[in-house]
Amino acid sequence: MADIVIRDVTKTYPGGRSPATDNVSLTVADGEFLVLVGPSGCGKTTLLRMVAGLDTPDAGSISIGGRDVTWLSARDRHVSMVFQSYAIFPHLRVRQNIGFGLRMRKAPPEQIEQRVRWAAEILELSDLLDRYPAQLSGGQRQRVAVARAIVVDAGVLLMDEPLSNLDALLRLQFRAELKKIVRQIGTTTLYVTHDQAEAMSLGDRIAVMRAGRIAQIGSPLQVYDRPRERFVGGFLGTPPMNFFSADLRCSASGAHLRVGDQLLTAPDQLGAFDQRPVVVGVRAENIDVAKAPADGRIRARVEVVEPTGASMLLTVRLGEYELKVQAPPNFDVAPGQDVWLRCAPESLRCFDPETALALVA
Amino acid sequence: MSSDPRRARRRRRVLLQVACVAVTLFMGVPIYLITLAALSSRESLNRFPLPLLPTDMSTETLSRFLSTTGVVPGFLNSLQVGLFTLAAALLLGVPAGYALARYAFRGRQSYQLFLLLTRALPIVVLSVPLARVFLTTGLYDTTYAVALLHTALALPTTVLITSAVFYAVPIDHEEAALIFGATPLRAFVHVVLPQALPGIAASAMFTFVMSWNEVLGAAVLTLNQRTLPAQVLSTLADSPLAYRFAGGFALVLPAIVFVAVMRTYLTNMWGTTLR
Repeated sequence: MADIVIRDVTKTYPGGRSPATDNVSLTVADGEFLVLVGPSGCGKTTLLRMVAGLDTPDAGSISIGGRDVTWLSARDRHVSMVFQSYAIFPHLRVRQNIGFGLRMRKAPPEQIEQRVRWAAEILELSDLLDRYPAQLSGGQRQRVAVARAIVVDAGVLLMDEPLSNLDALLRLQFRAELKKIVRQIGTTTLYVTHDQAEAMSLGDRIAVMRAGRIAQIGSPLQVYDRPRERFVGGFLGTPPMNFFSADLRCSASGAHLRVGDQLLTAPDQLGAFDQRPVVVGVRAENIDVAKAPADGRIRARVEVVEPTGASMLLTVRLGEYELKVQAPPNFDVAPGQDVWLRCAPESLRCFDPETALALVA
Repeated sequence: MSSDPRRARRRRRVLLQVACVAVTLFMGVPIYLITLAALSSRESLNRFPLPLLPTDMSTETLSRFLSTTGVVPGFLNSLQVGLFTLAAALLLGVPAGYALARYAFRGRQSYQLFLLLTRALPIVVLSVPLARVFLTTGLYDTTYAVALLHTALALPTTVLITSAVFYAVPIDHEEAALIFGATPLRAFVHVVLPQALPGIAASAMFTFVMSWNEVLGAAVLTLNQRTLPAQVLSTLADSPLAYRFAGGFALVLPAIVFVAVMRTYLTNMWGTTLR
């Protein structure tokens, strides 16, 4: 078990115009499951590879369990890793694949055998130990890759998009299983994904990365509900957060957001930004929709109705903006009709139109 | 009707089979005829028409050929040269191929091109100056001289083939090996090499057969320590028909045996396609 401390790490690949990671600092506590999430090219995999020892930073330092490993080779770091491509060895049987790390570390054969059995049991591979990888399905190969990674009992487990090659159903199943396994063995885990749903579901904390920097780090719900910048709100969630421009008006009766010629109750703590234009962000599930006008509701026109089973996903037009609204599954409405929306003031997130950062009083 | 797509397809399949058979015969018939002639007695060779089935087998022609002066030493020389060439070409070529596949370095492209260019020189042009060098260094008329020439000839193909082979081994596998505690050397030996073996075998096969068949350079660089092809070539003009058949057979056989042995490494070793 070990913590990971990344300090001011910068890395620019040869020929790259901008740094892959730009002065990133990050601490993963002992036993924590931290997910790096972001669009492709945001530097998350680079960061993981530097922790693994497959790349070296241009500047900054990385330590694992209090030991500075910045310049150590991968094998001296005692980390473990699951690769996106699985990278299991086609010329070795499943048993030898899982035991590879132990064999390289010169563990006694009895111990290898015992550990391999243990890992195979956890990942339900016991019947497949004598097969070659070519005889396994994609999901089984993935299990072999995970078994190989947990069997070595490294202080740190690194995972690089391990689920991205599985089909959607299998991914969902294995996601929960992976969470269970990692909790069970309690290793410090750094997990890279571009899939925000995966990040939300797995991480104790998630770090949203963008253009080589960490945009926001926190618990999944914290990051989801209180995005610190517009990008984070737009990246997390299906559908992503809605954004529209409004003007903030504070008066004795409270703060209001002026959207076109309609007024929406605003959060109170924004007095400092009175009279300023803001970008309002609100999640589809936080918009309350009704078919009849009422006080404090604003009117919008339905454009698309998409039943998803669990809810009714509406695309409505509010002035020049399209918003996604999550209505109850029995909400009966047709395109072209008007609906009236209301948002709880605390569910609104206001951003500075220029910096795209959240306005917090 | 040819407009029936099923019949058209079947006809295409038949044509393909016919083409395969024709190509196989084109390659196989001369080998068969040489084998037949080499294993026939001298009398049946002179008979007309030549029997096409092995009716009277005899080792007479072959044993006569083998007892000719210079044949057995030539055979041994050829074997020696072939194996030395194989070893030297792999020893030098495999690391070069690995470097080409894995590392980006200045002049990588031009190095590859330069390698190919060495094959553009005719062997004679290479052999004569080499003979001079070997004469001054005392290597002339040894199997090493021939083997060195063959190594030089085989290196470009070895490097290019093995680089393609290493390129096909995913770099992830190597990185995984490093993460799980292997030194770079052990990662290569335990993970990369086994996956590259079929390709390396192919390149070895190619090298050996090339060396076994090369005659011009071998003839220029040796006088007494002739390889088999050089030996046969030098005596071919004034020898009887039977000798020529037996010589041809002796030249073809080892190459075929070698290919047959290495073939098991060529075909996939773990059930289905690699990767």
